[in-house]
Amino acid sequence: MMYQSQSVAKPYFIAAIGLFVGQILFGVILGLQYVAGDFLFPEIPFNVARMVHTNLLIVWLLFGFMGAAYYMVPEESETELYSPKLAWIMFWIFLVAGALTILGYLLVPYARLAELTGNDLLPTMGREFLEQPTITKIGIVVVALSFLFNIGMTILKGRKTAVSLVMLVGLVGLAVFFLFSFYNPENLVRDKLYWWFVVHLWVEGVWELILGSMLAFVLIKTTGVDREVIEKWLYVIIAMALITGIIGTGHHFFWIGTPGYWQWWGSIFSAMEPIPFFMMTLFAFNMVNRRRRNHPNQAAVLWALGTGVMAFLGAGVWGFLHTLAPVNYYTHGTQITAAHGHMAFFGAYVMIVLTMISYAMPMLRGRKEANSNASQVVEMWSFWLMTVSMVFITLFLTAAGVLQVYLQRYTDTPLPFMQVQDKIEIFYWLREGAGIVFLVGLIVYVTSFFVGQSEAEATAKE
Amino acid sequence: MSETFTKSMARNIFYGGSAFFFLLFLALIFDTESALPETDNRLNITEQVAHGKRLWEVNNCIGCHTLLGEGAYFAPELGNVYTRFGNSKEAIMGFIKSRPVDGIPGRRSMPQFNFTDEELEAVAEFLKYSSEINTQGWPPNIQG
Repeated sequence: MMYQSQSVAKPYFIAAIGLFVGQILFGVILGLQYVAGDFLFPEIPFNVARMVHTNLLIVWLLFGFMGAAYYMVPEESETELYSPKLAWIMFWIFLVAGALTILGYLLVPYARLAELTGNDLLPTMGREFLEQPTITKIGIVVVALSFLFNIGMTILKGRKTAVSLVMLVGLVGLAVFFLFSFYNPENLVRDKLYWWFVVHLWVEGVWELILGSMLAFVLIKTTGVDREVIEKWLYVIIAMALITGIIGTGHHFFWIGTPGYWQWWGSIFSAMEPIPFFMMTLFAFNMVNRRRRNHPNQAAVLWALGTGVMAFLGAGVWGFLHTLAPVNYYTHGTQITAAHGHMAFFGAYVMIVLTMISYAMPMLRGRKEANSNASQVVEMWSFWLMTVSMVFITLFLTAAGVLQVYLQRYTDTPLPFMQVQDKIEIFYWLREGAGIVFLVGLIVYVTSFFVGQSEAEATAKE
Repeated sequence: MSETFTKSMARNIFYGGSAFFFLLFLALIFDTESALPETDNRLNITEQVAHGKRLWEVNNCIGCHTLLGEGAYFAPELGNVYTRFGNSKEAIMGFIKSRPVDGIPGRRSMPQFNFTDEELEAVAEFLKYSSEINTQGWPPNIQG
């Protein structure tokens, strides 16, 4: 760690991992509810568990992004963070607000939560991923603005690198597009249209900037490749991400009451969305192959390469699979979507946050560069357990989705939704099995932080 | 990448390309807004429909169902439930009203929301309005 104030990243990373565990526990509950429909009913109905699962994901990724920014920006800017104190205050506000929101979901009926939090004054609740009470949303905006102020002031007073500028642009975009979550018109079509301004322009837009910047940072540090080369790659990748991804939003406007021409715009541009992800894979492998040094933190390098591969598979390949309008006509809103969602979020955003944690945490905990070999071996086990089980979750959901599409939509004698669900049950059982392996992988991951602490730091292979 | 292609060229492509395609996106959205009245069934948005949409939201229906294909995939598509239930609001209201409080052993079940008659009517109206949005022929058949 070069700057004392980078240490504020640590609580952010710890909170991220804690919430990640919560997210996966609820994922396992949801998977079980798919096959044992009455599990935890009516105490925790599916919709509540799902809300907890998806909202925890978003919140912990945001913790991860903020922690990453607090770690990266001082080092990139070659100066201490503008205000570590503000970062600490915002940490507690965000954590308490997040925890209260999740408890609200679990302890009171959702309609009652809406009433208690005054949803009628400014109704924003009850839309997928944006279920948070309006007051929580306002809290998110306050936290985001303070955070941006803190990061922005740090960059302003220090060295300005492409890595930190791209990070800043991505984070500003994240905050700006979140404002659309406050817009909830009575007209369902317009509601859906602008809802995607948050959801799509986040995950297939500005978040890719954050992802690219974090990946570039870790690659600069672990490979020793010239910054000029890495930053050039970074700009090309994020240029392709936005050039394809912005109009690519159109792949959500095929069947929601919007004009038919979106089928052309959406199909053509989103068909190119895998390009930046493929470049990211090339980027990661190229830089590691051209490395000027062997970094002792091999776990972090593994996560970085894994991000390159899995983001391309999950977001690129599985996204392309159902993005063309004539295909999407049959697959829209089926388990195919769920399959893509799982691998894309894991491969792109979960893995990049874990990459950054893997790289930074040893220093934040007082190591010079890396954990002991023993700890790294356990961490790499968790990498493989989680990654492979996520591949299987995706494959089983894809199989379920293909059958669902055929039985419910494609055949000449379409069956009702629930009958189809019964017929594809085997794949839900298999998915649940893979989900439990994922949970085991996550437990192994958490364990890696407690293994080999007294042993000497790993050294780089010559 | 070769030396003739410099970092500042890459940066310019990023800023220029993003700005251009963002403006193009805004132009398309602007055009969409002006075309929407023909497809989005806005003439039928009554106070009752708006109330129904609010109830849809505050009971988190999207947490299990899809609506026009968006939402969760645990329970049936509801964008066309009005037509699937034989163009009958009564059938929709009857279904919602008859959900057992403690669920159905071993099976997925919709919670009992204890709606008043007026609320049931509003939810059904909202789903009727949704079914009349022009969705370019989606879903492929009545099963949603």
